[in-house]
Amino acid sequence: MKTTPAKPGASGLAALDYSVLQQCMHCGMCLPVCPTYNETQLERNSPRGRISLMRAIADGELEVTKEFGEEMYYCLGCLACTSACPAGVDYAQMFEVARAEIEEKGVLDNPKRDFIRWSVVKVLFTRPRLLRLVGRGLWLYQVSGAQTAFRRLKLTRLLPKSIRELEPQTPTVKAKFSHQLIRPVETPAAQKEERPRKRVAVLTGCVQDLVFSDINRATVDVLLANNCEVHTPPVQPCCGSLHAHNGDVKSARALARRQLDLMNPFSFDAIISNAGGCGSHLRGYGHLLHDDPEYAERAEEWSRKLRDIHQFLVEIDFRRPLASDEAGPSVTYHESCHLCHAQKVSQQPRTVLRSLPGSELRECSEATWCCGSAGIYNITQPETSARLLERKVGHIRQTGAQVVATANPGCHLQVQNGLRASGDAETRVAHPIVLLAEAYRAEAAATSAQP
Amino acid sequence: MNVPSPESSELPSEALTALRAVVGDAQVLTAIEDILPYGFDGTAALKQRPAAVVLPRSTEEVASVIRIAREHGRPVVSRGSGTGLSGGSVPVAGAIVLCLVKFDRILELDTKNLTLMVEAGVVTQRIFDAAAEAGLFYPPDPGSMKISTIGGNVAENSGGLRGLKYGVTRDYVMGVEVVLADGSVCWLGSKCVKDVAGYSLRDLFIGSEGTLGVITKVLLKLLPKPAARQTLLATFTAMDAAAETVSAIIAAQIIPCTLEFLDRKTIQCVEEFARVGLPQDAEAVLLIETDGHPAAVADEAEKVEEQCRKHGATSVRRAADAAEAIQLATARRSAFSALARLRPTTILEDVTVPRSELAGMIRAVEVIARKYELNIATFGHFGDGNLHPTILTDERDADEMHRVHQALAEIVEETLKRGGTITGEHGVGLAKKPFLRGQLGDDSFELLRRIKHSLDPEGLLNPGKIFDRADAPSGTAH
Repeated sequence: MKTTPAKPGASGLAALDYSVLQQCMHCGMCLPVCPTYNETQLERNSPRGRISLMRAIADGELEVTKEFGEEMYYCLGCLACTSACPAGVDYAQMFEVARAEIEEKGVLDNPKRDFIRWSVVKVLFTRPRLLRLVGRGLWLYQVSGAQTAFRRLKLTRLLPKSIRELEPQTPTVKAKFSHQLIRPVETPAAQKEERPRKRVAVLTGCVQDLVFSDINRATVDVLLANNCEVHTPPVQPCCGSLHAHNGDVKSARALARRQLDLMNPFSFDAIISNAGGCGSHLRGYGHLLHDDPEYAERAEEWSRKLRDIHQFLVEIDFRRPLASDEAGPSVTYHESCHLCHAQKVSQQPRTVLRSLPGSELRECSEATWCCGSAGIYNITQPETSARLLERKVGHIRQTGAQVVATANPGCHLQVQNGLRASGDAETRVAHPIVLLAEAYRAEAAATSAQP
Repeated sequence: MNVPSPESSELPSEALTALRAVVGDAQVLTAIEDILPYGFDGTAALKQRPAAVVLPRSTEEVASVIRIAREHGRPVVSRGSGTGLSGGSVPVAGAIVLCLVKFDRILELDTKNLTLMVEAGVVTQRIFDAAAEAGLFYPPDPGSMKISTIGGNVAENSGGLRGLKYGVTRDYVMGVEVVLADGSVCWLGSKCVKDVAGYSLRDLFIGSEGTLGVITKVLLKLLPKPAARQTLLATFTAMDAAAETVSAIIAAQIIPCTLEFLDRKTIQCVEEFARVGLPQDAEAVLLIETDGHPAAVADEAEKVEEQCRKHGATSVRRAADAAEAIQLATARRSAFSALARLRPTTILEDVTVPRSELAGMIRAVEVIARKYELNIATFGHFGDGNLHPTILTDERDADEMHRVHQALAEIVEETLKRGGTITGEHGVGLAKKPFLRGQLGDDSFELLRRIKHSLDPEGLLNPGKIFDRADAPSGTAH
């Protein structure tokens, strides 16, 4: 496609290649899959409507107003529209540019929002050691019984209403973080079966590192079981996804450079991500740094090598775990938006789940419909988020599955909170890779038990 | 009464107060961020911001809104999901947009009489699903059926992929409720299979594009669900061969349910989006579906395959199961939007010719594309003779757009020469307006205008669509 150079002197949406905005031919195919349009049935809350507003801004017919800012933060950024769009509109790019312009113009500024954004986006999620320290503090608070006491004494009443409602959703922090579970380099044991050895790097993430370090361990185990030499740098910066999705492209670029300094993509066969949200942003480093003379080449190689763990396993035709005598649980799969819509990885996690011995995969209605977690959407738009969650939990429960598999920490926590809130204490939420790692372990135990 | 003034865009506060009293504050939109997204439909390069958008939820509310609009001399442009392809629901300046998507209840499924009564805002797919759940079948399936509303389908008399055997929306409408320009509410039709009481005015409103009244409720006819279906995909190395195959199938007196055509460019765009395994090196493919009694389906599929092979198909693939058949049909429905991958502006034509003229018409489009140096992709409902030559262009390129308009005029000329029509299923709206008189002839054209004038003398309902506003010089309507 012919591209149009940016208008000189313009910034934000006006500087965006016009053909990106023009690509939308407003056919409306995105409307039925958009969760916010589904909520309100108003055009401005639809992808097509938002694009028309962005185009009006680029055309100078509309200012970047507070209303526009609120609209772009009402959007979940789930990108279901991009899966439905026959015209191939790059909504993700427009969305990030629009949010960046909203932040730059400051139309949504108020002291409370500014403080939260500053502390979360600028401070906490740019400093991995600080984040771990905060995580450690939270862990102490939880295991020492302080959280229970705090809740029992109803001290939560002292918190402001918005925080009070979120308090029960506080994730439980793991006792050990990724670097305490994974050595920087791990090599596979000698294998009977010969498959070419791969050298891969594993990304541990931020929330994943604190709350789901077991998923990172399982990722390494599964890779080792498939004859990969696994490199996991112990202190990894945040990938920058949170920043890019919330209008802070500058920090996102800085974090991407740090990531590239830490892991040279030219030395690996693949860079492995196991979180849908991170993976979708990590894949875009090539584009994010395309105009950085020092990093462009490395970033492009990075994007070329980046793989979601499920995608990688299917590509190398992963070893199927051997059947054990025990019947496995029934599993349903909830797709992370940024895994299925942004990364188009949808069948591979199912392939992994179907390989689990004795398990039955039960498809869930609207498996690709957002659960309402959407980054920090459950904090910024709690009402819409809660309705989406209720819808999701309803569909999950209808399958009667014993396990909900999902591959993104935000979805994992959201679905887990939703199930517990609905009074369901039994249904387990698990990453597909954790289930696969368990199957490999069961298989090993069975083999060693044999005489 | 005030004189309509197309340029004064904001509604007077008394009008807004009255509208809010009828539908509630939240259902009246006036802020620029709210109304700007209602300034267009699915048609390329047409845009006009309305004065306000109102979202009624009952017939009474629709009637009240029309009365208020009339009092203030404001045009009313009704719409559903805004997926139209002739500019029929693009607002006119100063208009109140009546958006019916929230007026969307399924009122009655009558399994004894095989009818379904719905409100205008019900999405077509929901109608199909509701029928299917009761073991019944609602055949019309326009490309946008996942989001288009039944009110819009009736107003445009939409077609779809199954038109060849099952006809179009009109063939399934047994009754309509319409609100007229004076606010009166009429019910036209009944559940009776035979009904000749008075003029068949129901038919007058089907395909009237919102210019004669606002459709608020529809009584639909349902069919028993076909017991079996089989989808075939035939590949050709020449467009002519595909066109001749279609003529041969019809001449052999086989009427499949669906007989669709895609040319090379369309195949490539659709495949890039849908990944259903279309042959990317083919010049043309035919997507054919037969349905009915299992034995009849097997027999018909056999005969269709034979005709395809006899006329040069390089391969004929049969869909393995229902899921694959649905995938192929869904991929075909995305054709128009998928073509937008190639150039910024996608201008879709809808000309239709008698089926014996198909091959000649396809060749004419190719000649026109070369003559005006334009990129034209063609797909369409070959079985109905309904073509969608799609011009891939850029609305910012004035010189190219000039050639586009010349080419469009020439395509229309070629169509009319062959006894065809300027629009098979998209309607006249704004896009085909310049060509209507040419097709109808002066007397028939005037008859249409007289009907419009007698039902809407003040020109309140969707003015400037189908023909220019009587009270405005031509060209100012959009």
